[in-house]
Amino acid sequence: MTAPVNEAGVDEAGVNEALLRSLTPGVLGILVRRGADFAAAEDAVQDALVEAVRAWPADPPRDPKGWLVTVAWRRFLDATRADTARRRREELVDEEPAPGPAPAADDTLQLYFLCAHPSLTPSSAVALTLRAVGGLTTRQIAQAYLVPEATMAQRISRAKRTVAGVRFDQPGDVATVLRVLYLVFNEGYSGDVDLAAEAIRLTRQLAAAIDHPEVAGLLALMLLHHARRASRTAPDGALVPLAEQDRARWDTRLIAEGVEILQAALARDRLGEFQAQAAIAALHADAPAAAETDWVQIVEWYDELARLTGSPVVRLNRAVAVGEADGPRAGLEALAALDDSLPRYSAVAAYLHERDGDRAAAARLYAEAARKAPTLAERDYLTRQAARLNAGR
Amino acid sequence: MAKYLLLKHYRGAPAAVNDVPMDRWTPDEISAHMRYMQDFADRLEAVGEFVDGQALAPGGTWVRYDGEGRPPVTDGPFAETKDLIAGWMVIDVDSYERAVELAGELSAAPGAGGKPIHEWLELRPFLTAPPTITE
Repeated sequence: MTAPVNEAGVDEAGVNEALLRSLTPGVLGILVRRGADFAAAEDAVQDALVEAVRAWPADPPRDPKGWLVTVAWRRFLDATRADTARRRREELVDEEPAPGPAPAADDTLQLYFLCAHPSLTPSSAVALTLRAVGGLTTRQIAQAYLVPEATMAQRISRAKRTVAGVRFDQPGDVATVLRVLYLVFNEGYSGDVDLAAEAIRLTRQLAAAIDHPEVAGLLALMLLHHARRASRTAPDGALVPLAEQDRARWDTRLIAEGVEILQAALARDRLGEFQAQAAIAALHADAPAAAETDWVQIVEWYDELARLTGSPVVRLNRAVAVGEADGPRAGLEALAALDDSLPRYSAVAAYLHERDGDRAAAARLYAEAARKAPTLAERDYLTRQAARLNAGR
Repeated sequence: MAKYLLLKHYRGAPAAVNDVPMDRWTPDEISAHMRYMQDFADRLEAVGEFVDGQALAPGGTWVRYDGEGRPPVTDGPFAETKDLIAGWMVIDVDSYERAVELAGELSAAPGAGGKPIHEWLELRPFLTAPPTITE
């Protein structure tokens, strides 16, 4: 368990956990560049973080990063000295050219690439990123994803073995990193660790390390959705759909920041899927009331998004937007062109049928959508919609 | 990253291929079966996909509320109950295909004659937390 952290990021024990965790990738990068293999270096850095939480309150270091590097390097040497890994390490250092000095931003970026390496499964990449780049403990990650700590420990060490042969200085693909960060943001449970906030922190850190419009696009997308978080659920936990959210509770500071980042990214004329998604979120954020939403522009962005991704889920969301822009009949026509086995197809059909005045069909489709709902909150919401329509008949 | 329940039924599932009741197996066959189940759980943990595994006693009691100030009513077990759950395993995997693959492996646990039972297991997805981004 982590101690509660106040706004300055200083927990009750007097340790600035936010600072500590922001230093993690840089420290790990230095160890790897000194010739430590990634898996052992990562363990050593985790040990150093634990040691910092213990030692810093009584004896705060003047140079926190230097302190962590020293302690982690010592832990690494202790761990490797006794066994044959030492010989392997020395051979490794002999074989490869001495790494030249490199700016910390490069190390951080390389770590993101390594932890999102295409040889990893999505769940392994997520776990490894949260630990090696995010500085979270195995226990925190296990709690966040509701699995036993032993299982998460195995998932992480297996992930480390998978990337053991990957050279640290190989350039990676930003798109794979963005997919991992998107998963952390979008598919988190609500445990002790705020995964959405952590995803934003990691994406900010990535944006500082690489200048890329899609990184900016993803960061904007996260900020714009995070801004609506307080209004997305009722006090009893029930889902509140976008049209019914109390817009006064949206975080205008996050919206302004998201819009600004998005505009700068779009100005560079290298459109990608995250920028397009963020543009849709920005148009929603821009409307003072649901009725004032610029649905025509939103449909245009969905067209872009469908062109970029070819995703049938995007076309499903587009059908909703068409229903708002051109009326429910047009929405139903757009829907008719899609495969009815798509997730949430019946929920969209129910909504459009109700707007078209066919309450009986809508009630039947809402009940069907509730049976197929992938989440508890959606199932409850859809069941209530069906019940509302059935009660009114 | 989705959780699935692998449900094993004492009865109620379609008949297995190697459908011999456990009390007709040899003690060694029973040991081999138990070892297979344990090894399977250990292997799942080693690849980071294990969440939980439990076995249930066959006999249960039905309980219901009986009104304010009254003790709950108990009844059963009912002999005619068609479906009887023997136990479960919860897994956390990357895809539905992986969940099916693992259920298939578990269903290959050895039974009579040391041959796979080929028993039917029920695979049920957990309802998850809602995604943040929906539109």
